[in-house]
Amino acid sequence: MPIARALAAIEVANKMAKPTVPSPTKIPIALTVNGVQRQLELAPWTTLLDALRDHLDLTGTKKGCDHGQCGACTVLVDGRRVNACLALAVMKDGATVTTIEGLATGGALHPLQQAFIDHDAFQCGYCTPGQICSAAGLIAEGKAKSADEIRELMSGNICRCAAYPNIIAAIQQAMAVMGSRP
Amino acid sequence: MINFEYARARDVAEAVRQMAGDPSAKFIAGGTNLIDLMKKDVERPARLIDISRLPLKAVAETPEGGLRIGALVPNTDLAYHPVVEQRYPMLSSAILAGASQQLRNMASTGGNLLQRTRCHYFYDVATPCNKRDPGSGCSAITGCNRMHAILGASEACIATHPSDMCVALAALEAKVQVIGPAGERTIAFADFHRLPGSEPQRDTNLEPTEIVIAVELPARGFAKNYTYLKIRDRLSYAFALVSVAVGLDLGDGTIKEARFALGGVAHKPWRDAAAEAALRGQPATEASFQRAADLVLRNAKGLAHNAFKVDLARRAMVRALGQAARATPQSQSNKAIR
Repeated sequence: MPIARALAAIEVANKMAKPTVPSPTKIPIALTVNGVQRQLELAPWTTLLDALRDHLDLTGTKKGCDHGQCGACTVLVDGRRVNACLALAVMKDGATVTTIEGLATGGALHPLQQAFIDHDAFQCGYCTPGQICSAAGLIAEGKAKSADEIRELMSGNICRCAAYPNIIAAIQQAMAVMGSRP
Repeated sequence: MINFEYARARDVAEAVRQMAGDPSAKFIAGGTNLIDLMKKDVERPARLIDISRLPLKAVAETPEGGLRIGALVPNTDLAYHPVVEQRYPMLSSAILAGASQQLRNMASTGGNLLQRTRCHYFYDVATPCNKRDPGSGCSAITGCNRMHAILGASEACIATHPSDMCVALAALEAKVQVIGPAGERTIAFADFHRLPGSEPQRDTNLEPTEIVIAVELPARGFAKNYTYLKIRDRLSYAFALVSVAVGLDLGDGTIKEARFALGGVAHKPWRDAAAEAALRGQPATEASFQRAADLVLRNAKGLAHNAFKVDLARRAMVRALGQAARATPQSQSNKAIR
Protein backbone atom coordinates (compact mmCIF):
# COMPACT_ATOMS: atom_id res chain seq x y z
CA MET A 1 0.00 0.00 0.00
CA PRO A 2 2.08 2.96 -1.22
CA ILE A 3 -0.23 5.52 0.45
CA ALA A 4 -0.06 3.84 3.84
CA ARG A 5 3.73 3.66 3.52
CA ALA A 6 3.90 7.34 2.61
CA LEU A 7 1.69 8.28 5.55
CA ALA A 8 3.86 6.19 7.89
CA ALA A 9 6.98 7.91 6.53
CA ILE A 10 5.43 11.32 7.16
CA GLU A 11 4.56 10.27 10.73
CA VAL A 12 8.16 9.18 11.32
CA ALA A 13 9.44 12.42 9.85
CA ASN A 14 7.10 14.43 12.06
CA LYS A 15 8.35 12.59 15.14
CA MET A 16 11.97 13.21 14.15
CA ALA A 17 11.44 16.94 13.60
CA LYS A 18 12.51 18.58 16.83
CA PRO A 19 10.40 21.51 17.95
CA THR A 20 13.38 23.80 18.45
CA VAL A 21 11.48 26.98 17.61
CA PRO A 22 9.71 29.11 20.20
CA SER A 23 5.99 29.72 20.11
CA PRO A 24 4.96 33.20 18.96
CA THR A 25 5.65 35.94 21.48
CA LYS A 26 4.23 39.20 20.27
CA ILE A 27 6.27 42.36 20.67
CA PRO A 28 4.65 45.80 21.01
CA ILE A 29 5.92 48.41 18.54
CA ALA A 30 4.96 51.91 17.46
CA LEU A 31 5.08 53.17 13.87
CA THR A 32 4.05 56.48 12.34
CA VAL A 33 2.43 55.40 9.10
CA ASN A 34 1.37 58.09 6.64
CA GLY A 35 1.32 60.61 9.47
CA VAL A 36 -0.76 58.48 11.86
CA GLN A 37 0.63 56.91 15.06
CA ARG A 38 -0.04 53.18 15.06
CA GLN A 39 0.52 50.70 17.88
CA LEU A 40 1.00 47.07 16.91
CA GLU A 41 1.78 43.78 18.62
CA LEU A 42 3.64 41.60 16.18
CA ALA A 43 5.48 38.31 16.07
CA PRO A 44 9.19 39.04 15.42
CA TRP A 45 9.11 37.35 12.01
CA THR A 46 6.44 39.72 10.66
CA THR A 47 7.97 41.77 7.86
CA LEU A 48 7.19 45.45 7.51
CA LEU A 49 5.36 44.51 4.31
CA ASP A 50 3.07 42.03 6.09
CA ALA A 51 2.55 44.48 8.96
CA LEU A 52 1.35 47.13 6.49
CA ARG A 53 -0.83 44.83 4.42
CA ASP A 54 -2.18 42.33 6.95
CA HIS A 55 -2.20 44.31 10.20
CA LEU A 56 -2.86 47.87 9.03
CA ASP A 57 -4.93 47.02 5.93
CA LEU A 58 -2.69 49.20 3.75
CA THR A 59 -2.72 46.93 0.72
CA GLY A 60 -1.41 49.55 -1.72
CA THR A 61 2.10 48.25 -1.06
CA LYS A 62 2.42 45.05 -3.08
CA LYS A 63 4.07 41.72 -2.41
CA GLY A 64 5.78 40.63 -5.61
CA CYS A 65 8.77 38.35 -5.16
CA ASP A 66 9.03 38.70 -1.35
CA HIS A 67 12.84 38.46 -1.74
CA GLY A 68 13.95 42.03 -2.47
CA GLN A 69 14.32 41.41 -6.18
CA CYS A 70 11.30 43.16 -7.72
CA GLY A 71 10.77 46.38 -5.76
CA ALA A 72 6.94 46.11 -5.66
CA CYS A 73 7.08 46.46 -1.85
CA THR A 74 9.12 49.69 -1.87
CA VAL A 75 8.11 52.15 0.86
CA LEU A 76 9.85 55.09 2.50
CA VAL A 77 11.18 54.46 6.02
CA ASP A 78 12.38 57.64 7.71
CA GLY A 79 12.39 59.18 4.24
CA ARG A 80 14.53 56.51 2.52
CA ARG A 81 13.26 53.92 0.07
CA VAL A 82 13.59 50.33 1.24
CA ASN A 83 12.24 46.88 0.38
CA ALA A 84 9.53 46.32 3.01
CA CYS A 85 9.67 42.55 2.39
CA LEU A 86 13.22 42.35 3.78
CA ALA A 87 12.63 44.49 6.87
CA LEU A 88 11.37 43.02 10.13
CA ALA A 89 8.66 45.28 11.54
CA VAL A 90 10.01 44.92 15.10
CA MET A 91 13.34 46.36 13.93
CA LYS A 92 11.53 49.47 12.65
CA ASP A 93 9.97 50.26 16.05
CA GLY A 94 9.68 54.07 16.27
CA ALA A 95 10.14 54.66 12.53
CA THR A 96 8.14 56.89 10.20
CA VAL A 97 6.76 55.02 7.20
CA THR A 98 5.26 56.45 4.03
CA THR A 99 3.37 54.18 1.65
CA ILE A 100 1.60 54.90 -1.63
CA GLU A 101 -1.53 55.70 0.41
CA GLY A 102 0.33 58.54 2.14
CA LEU A 103 1.66 60.46 -0.87
CA ALA A 104 -1.44 62.42 -1.90
CA THR A 105 -2.19 65.50 0.22
CA GLY A 106 -5.68 66.83 0.84
CA GLY A 107 -7.20 65.03 -2.11
CA ALA A 108 -4.53 66.26 -4.54
CA LEU A 109 -2.42 63.61 -6.19
CA HIS A 110 1.33 63.65 -5.59
CA PRO A 111 3.16 65.00 -8.69
CA LEU A 112 4.50 61.48 -9.31
CA GLN A 113 1.01 59.95 -9.21
CA GLN A 114 -0.24 62.59 -11.66
CA ALA A 115 2.79 62.09 -13.90
CA PHE A 116 2.30 58.31 -14.00
CA ILE A 117 -1.30 58.93 -15.19
CA ASP A 118 -0.22 61.61 -17.70
CA HIS A 119 2.44 59.33 -19.23
CA ASP A 120 0.49 56.06 -19.01
CA ALA A 121 3.45 54.74 -17.04
CA PHE A 122 1.94 51.33 -16.31
CA GLN A 123 -0.09 48.57 -17.84
CA CYS A 124 -1.19 46.06 -15.19
CA GLY A 125 -0.31 48.48 -12.39
CA TYR A 126 1.02 45.92 -9.91
CA CYS A 127 4.52 47.42 -9.72
CA THR A 128 3.23 51.02 -9.73
CA PRO A 129 2.99 51.72 -5.97
CA GLY A 130 6.58 50.50 -5.58
CA GLN A 131 7.72 52.45 -8.65
CA ILE A 132 6.17 55.66 -7.32
CA CYS A 133 7.51 55.27 -3.77
CA SER A 134 10.94 54.43 -5.21
CA ALA A 135 10.80 57.49 -7.47
CA ALA A 136 9.82 59.64 -4.48
CA GLY A 137 12.92 58.34 -2.70
CA LEU A 138 15.04 58.96 -5.80
CA ILE A 139 13.89 62.59 -6.06
CA ALA A 140 14.57 63.14 -2.35
CA GLU A 141 18.10 61.71 -2.77
CA GLY A 142 18.83 64.27 -5.49
CA LYS A 143 21.51 62.10 -7.18
CA ALA A 144 19.78 61.36 -10.49
CA LYS A 145 19.88 64.09 -13.11
CA SER A 146 20.08 62.43 -16.54
CA ALA A 147 17.76 59.75 -17.92
CA ASP A 148 20.67 57.28 -17.65
CA GLU A 149 21.01 58.09 -13.96
CA ILE A 150 17.26 57.74 -13.36
CA ARG A 151 17.27 54.37 -15.13
CA GLU A 152 20.22 53.17 -13.05
CA LEU A 153 18.79 54.34 -9.73
CA MET A 154 15.36 52.86 -10.54
CA SER A 155 16.80 49.43 -11.43
CA GLY A 156 15.48 47.94 -8.19
CA ASN A 157 11.93 48.24 -9.53
CA ILE A 158 10.97 45.68 -12.14
CA CYS A 159 8.02 46.28 -14.50
CA ARG A 160 7.12 43.07 -16.32
CA CYS A 161 4.76 45.00 -18.61
CA ALA A 162 7.93 46.93 -19.58
CA ALA A 163 6.48 50.41 -19.18
CA TYR A 164 10.03 51.64 -18.52
CA PRO A 165 10.20 54.45 -21.12
CA ASN A 166 6.96 55.97 -19.80
CA ILE A 167 8.08 55.50 -16.18
CA ILE A 168 11.28 57.47 -16.92
CA ALA A 169 9.23 60.19 -18.67
CA ALA A 170 6.83 60.36 -15.72
CA ILE A 171 9.68 60.69 -13.23
CA GLN A 172 11.27 63.44 -15.34
CA GLN A 173 7.95 65.33 -15.39
CA ALA A 174 7.58 65.02 -11.61
CA MET A 175 11.16 66.18 -11.10
CA ALA A 176 10.40 69.27 -13.18
CA VAL A 177 7.16 69.94 -11.29
CA MET A 178 8.90 69.41 -7.96
CA GLY A 179 11.79 71.70 -8.82
CA SER A 180 14.43 69.08 -9.57
CA ARG A 181 16.21 68.69 -12.85
CA PRO A 182 15.54 67.76 -15.61
CA MET B 1 10.88 31.14 7.62
CA ILE B 2 10.93 29.42 10.99
CA ASN B 3 9.79 31.13 14.18
CA PHE B 4 12.53 32.83 16.17
CA GLU B 5 13.11 34.96 19.22
CA TYR B 6 14.13 38.60 18.91
CA ALA B 7 16.46 40.57 21.14
CA ARG B 8 17.85 44.06 20.78
CA ALA B 9 21.42 44.86 21.84
CA ARG B 10 21.91 48.26 23.50
CA ASP B 11 25.68 48.40 23.12
CA VAL B 12 28.49 46.41 21.54
CA ALA B 13 29.46 44.74 24.81
CA GLU B 14 25.90 43.53 25.31
CA ALA B 15 25.76 42.23 21.73
CA VAL B 16 28.95 40.25 22.32
CA ARG B 17 27.62 38.95 25.67
CA GLN B 18 24.30 37.90 24.14
CA MET B 19 26.03 36.05 21.31
CA ALA B 20 28.47 34.33 23.70
CA GLY B 21 25.45 33.13 25.68
CA ASP B 22 23.77 31.64 22.61
CA PRO B 23 26.13 30.95 19.68
CA SER B 24 23.20 29.55 17.66
CA ALA B 25 21.85 33.09 17.42
CA LYS B 26 22.53 35.45 14.51
CA PHE B 27 23.26 39.14 14.49
CA ILE B 28 20.98 41.14 12.22
CA ALA B 29 21.68 44.63 10.90
CA GLY B 30 20.31 45.56 7.45
CA GLY B 31 18.86 42.09 7.05
CA THR B 32 18.83 42.18 3.24
CA ASN B 33 20.67 38.86 2.93
CA LEU B 34 19.80 37.17 6.23
CA ILE B 35 16.01 37.65 5.95
CA ASP B 36 16.16 36.36 2.38
CA LEU B 37 18.13 33.29 3.49
CA MET B 38 15.70 32.72 6.38
CA LYS B 39 12.73 32.86 3.99
CA LYS B 40 14.49 30.15 1.97
CA ASP B 41 15.18 28.10 5.15
CA VAL B 42 18.91 28.25 4.38
CA GLU B 43 19.45 30.09 7.67
CA ARG B 44 17.34 28.91 10.61
CA PRO B 45 18.46 30.86 13.69
CA ALA B 46 16.38 30.34 16.84
CA ARG B 47 17.23 33.87 17.92
CA LEU B 48 18.09 37.14 16.22
CA ILE B 49 20.14 39.78 17.99
CA ASP B 50 19.29 43.17 16.50
CA ILE B 51 22.47 45.26 16.31
CA SER B 52 21.03 47.91 13.99
CA ARG B 53 20.82 50.51 16.78
CA LEU B 54 24.42 50.19 17.97
CA PRO B 55 26.56 53.33 17.68
CA LEU B 56 28.65 52.07 14.75
CA LYS B 57 27.46 54.54 12.13
CA ALA B 58 30.32 57.04 12.02
CA VAL B 59 32.76 57.64 9.17
CA ALA B 60 35.86 59.31 10.60
CA GLU B 61 39.31 60.22 9.31
CA THR B 62 42.10 58.43 11.16
CA PRO B 63 45.34 59.95 12.51
CA GLU B 64 47.18 57.88 9.86
CA GLY B 65 45.33 59.73 7.10
CA GLY B 66 42.91 56.91 6.40
CA LEU B 67 39.21 56.46 7.00
CA ARG B 68 37.42 54.43 9.66
CA ILE B 69 33.98 53.26 8.55
CA GLY B 70 31.58 52.06 11.24
CA ALA B 71 30.14 48.60 10.57
CA LEU B 72 26.58 49.94 10.46
CA VAL B 73 27.17 52.71 7.91
CA PRO B 74 24.60 52.00 5.17
CA ASN B 75 26.07 51.20 1.74
CA THR B 76 24.38 54.27 0.24
CA ASP B 77 25.82 56.63 2.84
CA LEU B 78 29.29 55.22 2.29
CA ALA B 79 29.08 55.46 -1.50
CA TYR B 80 28.01 59.12 -1.34
CA HIS B 81 30.23 60.14 1.57
CA PRO B 82 32.21 63.21 0.38
CA VAL B 83 35.57 61.84 1.56
CA VAL B 84 34.90 58.47 -0.10
CA GLU B 85 33.84 60.17 -3.35
CA GLN B 86 36.96 62.34 -3.35
CA ARG B 87 39.67 60.09 -1.99
CA TYR B 88 38.34 56.54 -2.56
CA PRO B 89 36.19 56.84 -5.72
CA MET B 90 36.93 53.18 -6.57
CA LEU B 91 35.02 52.18 -3.42
CA SER B 92 32.13 54.53 -4.19
CA SER B 93 31.91 53.19 -7.73
CA ALA B 94 32.00 49.54 -6.61
CA ILE B 95 29.22 50.07 -4.07
CA LEU B 96 27.01 51.77 -6.65
CA ALA B 97 27.63 48.90 -9.07
CA GLY B 98 25.96 46.47 -6.67
CA ALA B 99 22.33 45.73 -5.77
CA SER B 100 19.63 48.42 -6.01
CA GLN B 101 19.28 51.74 -4.22
CA GLN B 102 16.61 50.25 -1.91
CA LEU B 103 18.98 47.45 -0.87
CA ARG B 104 21.94 49.81 -0.54
CA ASN B 105 19.82 52.00 1.75
CA MET B 106 19.23 49.01 4.05
CA ALA B 107 22.51 47.10 3.77
CA SER B 108 25.32 47.78 6.24
CA THR B 109 29.08 47.87 5.72
CA GLY B 110 29.68 44.88 8.00
CA GLY B 111 26.79 42.96 6.47
CA ASN B 112 28.16 43.49 2.98
CA LEU B 113 31.36 41.71 4.07
CA LEU B 114 29.35 38.86 5.59
CA GLN B 115 26.81 38.31 2.83
CA ARG B 116 26.72 34.76 1.56
CA THR B 117 27.13 33.33 -1.92
CA ARG B 118 24.23 33.49 -4.37
CA CYS B 119 25.00 29.96 -5.70
CA HIS B 120 21.57 28.58 -6.70
CA TYR B 121 22.28 25.27 -5.03
CA PHE B 122 23.26 26.92 -1.75
CA TYR B 123 19.86 28.65 -1.86
CA ASP B 124 17.92 25.50 -2.77
CA VAL B 125 17.58 23.36 0.37
CA ALA B 126 16.34 20.42 -1.71
CA THR B 127 19.83 19.98 -3.22
CA PRO B 128 23.14 18.86 -1.68
CA CYS B 129 25.53 21.71 -0.82
CA ASN B 130 28.71 21.47 1.24
CA LYS B 131 28.47 25.10 2.25
CA ARG B 132 24.93 24.78 3.61
CA ASP B 133 25.15 21.15 4.73
CA PRO B 134 28.82 20.10 5.12
CA GLY B 135 29.56 16.68 3.68
CA SER B 136 26.43 16.50 1.54
CA GLY B 137 28.32 17.18 -1.71
CA CYS B 138 28.49 19.98 -4.28
CA SER B 139 25.63 20.15 -6.77
CA ALA B 140 27.22 22.93 -8.78
CA ILE B 141 30.38 21.08 -9.91
CA THR B 142 28.33 18.80 -12.14
CA GLY B 143 25.30 21.08 -12.34
CA CYS B 144 24.61 24.49 -13.80
CA ASN B 145 27.83 26.33 -12.97
CA ARG B 146 27.78 29.35 -15.25
CA MET B 147 28.10 31.84 -12.38
CA HIS B 148 30.74 29.89 -10.48
CA ALA B 149 34.42 30.19 -9.62
CA ILE B 150 37.34 29.83 -12.03
CA LEU B 151 40.04 30.53 -9.44
CA GLY B 152 40.80 29.03 -6.03
CA ALA B 153 37.86 26.62 -6.00
CA SER B 154 37.98 23.18 -4.38
CA GLU B 155 36.33 19.83 -4.98
CA ALA B 156 34.01 20.71 -2.12
CA CYS B 157 32.79 24.09 -3.36
CA ILE B 158 32.94 26.34 -6.43
CA ALA B 159 30.84 29.20 -5.04
CA THR B 160 31.79 32.84 -5.58
CA HIS B 161 31.64 35.76 -3.19
CA PRO B 162 28.93 38.10 -4.48
CA SER B 163 30.07 41.49 -3.15
CA ASP B 164 31.19 44.39 -5.32
CA MET B 165 32.17 46.58 -2.35
CA CYS B 166 34.56 43.93 -1.06
CA VAL B 167 36.44 43.81 -4.38
CA ALA B 168 37.32 47.48 -3.96
CA LEU B 169 38.14 46.99 -0.27
CA ALA B 170 40.53 44.20 -1.25
CA ALA B 171 42.29 46.40 -3.81
CA LEU B 172 42.50 49.24 -1.28
CA GLU B 173 43.96 46.88 1.37
CA ALA B 174 41.35 47.72 3.97
CA LYS B 175 41.45 46.26 7.47
CA VAL B 176 38.53 44.77 9.37
CA GLN B 177 38.16 45.55 13.07
CA VAL B 178 36.28 42.92 15.04
CA ILE B 179 35.44 42.35 18.69
CA GLY B 180 34.54 39.19 20.56
CA PRO B 181 34.62 37.70 24.05
CA ALA B 182 38.46 37.68 23.87
CA GLY B 183 38.62 41.36 22.94
CA GLU B 184 39.38 43.33 19.80
CA ARG B 185 41.50 42.31 16.83
CA THR B 186 42.22 43.62 13.35
CA ILE B 187 42.14 41.37 10.29
CA ALA B 188 43.80 42.32 6.99
CA PHE B 189 41.21 42.28 4.21
CA ALA B 190 43.07 39.55 2.33
CA ASP B 191 42.79 37.32 5.43
CA PHE B 192 39.13 38.07 6.17
CA HIS B 193 37.44 35.93 3.52
CA ARG B 194 38.55 32.33 2.98
CA LEU B 195 38.95 30.00 0.05
CA PRO B 196 36.55 27.05 0.25
CA GLY B 197 39.10 24.24 0.72
CA SER B 198 37.53 21.40 2.68
CA GLU B 199 35.49 23.76 4.89
CA PRO B 200 33.30 25.76 2.50
CA GLN B 201 30.78 26.34 5.28
CA ARG B 202 33.24 28.92 6.62
CA ASP B 203 33.08 32.03 4.46
CA THR B 204 35.34 34.14 6.66
CA ASN B 205 37.86 33.95 9.49
CA LEU B 206 35.46 35.79 11.79
CA GLU B 207 34.64 33.63 14.81
CA PRO B 208 30.92 32.94 15.39
CA THR B 209 31.01 34.96 18.61
CA GLU B 210 32.78 37.95 17.03
CA ILE B 211 31.18 41.04 15.55
CA VAL B 212 32.57 43.38 12.89
CA ILE B 213 32.75 46.90 14.32
CA ALA B 214 34.58 48.85 11.59
CA VAL B 215 36.41 48.76 8.28
CA GLU B 216 39.52 50.90 8.08
CA LEU B 217 40.94 52.28 4.84
CA PRO B 218 44.62 53.20 4.59
CA ALA B 219 45.56 56.69 3.38
CA ARG B 220 46.26 55.59 -0.17
CA GLY B 221 43.05 55.79 -2.22
CA PHE B 222 44.24 55.76 -5.87
CA ALA B 223 41.78 58.59 -6.57
CA LYS B 224 43.38 59.61 -9.87
CA ASN B 225 43.92 56.33 -11.71
CA TYR B 226 41.18 53.88 -10.77
CA THR B 227 38.14 52.06 -12.10
CA TYR B 228 35.51 49.52 -11.13
CA LEU B 229 34.43 47.56 -14.18
CA LYS B 230 31.60 45.07 -13.71
CA ILE B 231 30.48 42.65 -16.42
CA ARG B 232 27.05 41.07 -15.88
CA ASP B 233 24.07 39.58 -17.68
CA ARG B 234 22.03 42.79 -17.60
CA LEU B 235 23.13 46.39 -17.24
CA SER B 236 22.06 46.93 -13.65
CA TYR B 237 20.98 45.04 -10.55
CA ALA B 238 22.71 41.75 -11.34
CA PHE B 239 25.65 39.94 -9.77
CA ALA B 240 28.98 40.06 -11.53
CA LEU B 241 30.11 37.45 -14.00
CA VAL B 242 33.47 39.18 -13.65
CA SER B 243 34.34 42.48 -12.05
CA VAL B 244 37.67 44.27 -11.69
CA ALA B 245 38.72 46.99 -9.26
CA VAL B 246 41.93 48.78 -10.23
CA GLY B 247 44.10 51.40 -8.58
CA LEU B 248 47.31 52.58 -10.26
CA ASP B 249 50.05 54.96 -9.25
CA LEU B 250 51.68 56.26 -12.44
CA GLY B 251 54.74 58.39 -13.16
CA ASP B 252 55.66 59.39 -16.74
CA GLY B 253 53.62 56.56 -18.20
CA THR B 254 55.32 54.01 -15.96
CA ILE B 255 53.48 51.99 -13.34
CA LYS B 256 54.91 52.71 -9.89
CA GLU B 257 52.27 50.74 -7.99
CA ALA B 258 49.41 48.55 -9.19
CA ARG B 259 46.54 47.12 -7.23
CA PHE B 260 43.76 45.12 -8.73
CA ALA B 261 41.19 42.67 -7.48
CA LEU B 262 38.60 40.54 -9.24
CA GLY B 263 35.04 39.78 -8.24
CA GLY B 264 32.75 37.01 -9.47
CA VAL B 265 35.61 34.59 -10.07
CA ALA B 266 36.40 33.09 -6.65
CA HIS B 267 35.22 32.39 -3.11
CA LYS B 268 36.76 35.71 -2.09
CA PRO B 269 37.85 38.92 -3.84
CA TRP B 270 40.82 37.71 -5.88
CA ARG B 271 44.18 39.43 -5.74
CA ASP B 272 47.42 38.22 -7.21
CA ALA B 273 50.61 39.64 -5.71
CA ALA B 274 52.78 38.22 -8.52
CA ALA B 275 50.68 39.91 -11.21
CA GLU B 276 50.74 43.22 -9.36
CA ALA B 277 54.50 42.96 -8.86
CA ALA B 278 54.95 42.20 -12.55
CA LEU B 279 53.32 45.52 -13.43
CA ARG B 280 55.64 47.61 -11.26
CA GLY B 281 58.17 49.53 -13.33
CA GLN B 282 56.46 48.56 -16.58
CA PRO B 283 55.00 50.98 -19.15
CA ALA B 284 51.23 51.43 -18.81
CA THR B 285 50.50 49.71 -22.11
CA GLU B 286 48.12 47.03 -23.26
CA ALA B 287 51.01 44.59 -23.60
CA SER B 288 51.88 45.02 -19.90
CA PHE B 289 48.23 44.57 -18.95
CA GLN B 290 47.96 41.41 -21.07
CA ARG B 291 50.97 39.89 -19.32
CA ALA B 292 49.52 40.70 -15.89
CA ALA B 293 46.12 39.25 -16.83
CA ASP B 294 47.75 36.07 -18.10
CA LEU B 295 49.60 35.75 -14.80
CA VAL B 296 46.39 36.10 -12.78
CA LEU B 297 44.73 33.41 -14.87
CA ARG B 298 47.70 30.99 -15.02
CA ASN B 299 45.81 28.51 -12.80
CA ALA B 300 42.26 29.38 -13.86
CA LYS B 301 39.99 26.42 -14.43
CA GLY B 302 36.71 26.56 -16.32
CA LEU B 303 33.91 24.06 -15.85
CA ALA B 304 31.10 22.98 -18.19
CA HIS B 305 29.33 26.36 -18.25
CA ASN B 306 31.75 28.96 -16.91
CA ALA B 307 34.84 28.40 -19.04
CA PHE B 308 33.93 31.59 -20.93
CA LYS B 309 34.76 33.52 -17.76
CA VAL B 310 38.48 32.86 -18.21
CA ASP B 311 38.57 34.87 -21.45
CA LEU B 312 36.07 37.36 -20.05
CA ALA B 313 38.24 37.93 -16.98
CA ARG B 314 41.36 38.39 -19.13
CA ARG B 315 39.68 40.99 -21.33
CA ALA B 316 38.00 42.72 -18.38
CA MET B 317 41.36 43.05 -16.60
CA VAL B 318 43.06 44.50 -19.69
CA ARG B 319 40.16 46.90 -20.24
CA ALA B 320 39.99 47.94 -16.59
CA LEU B 321 43.74 48.51 -16.29
CA GLY B 322 43.50 50.66 -19.42
CA GLN B 323 40.58 52.65 -18.00
CA ALA B 324 42.56 53.30 -14.82
CA ALA B 325 45.73 54.24 -16.72
CA ARG B 326 43.80 56.71 -18.91
CA ALA B 327 42.00 58.11 -15.85
CA THR B 328 38.66 57.34 -17.53
CA PRO B 329 36.92 55.20 -14.92
CA GLN B 330 33.83 53.17 -15.80
CA SER B 331 30.60 55.14 -15.33
CA GLN B 332 28.00 53.29 -13.25
CA SER B 333 25.07 55.01 -15.00
CA ASN B 334 26.18 55.16 -18.65
CA LYS B 335 27.15 51.50 -19.09
CA ALA B 336 29.03 51.81 -22.37
CA ILE B 337 32.44 50.23 -21.78
CA ARG B 338 35.29 52.26 -23.17
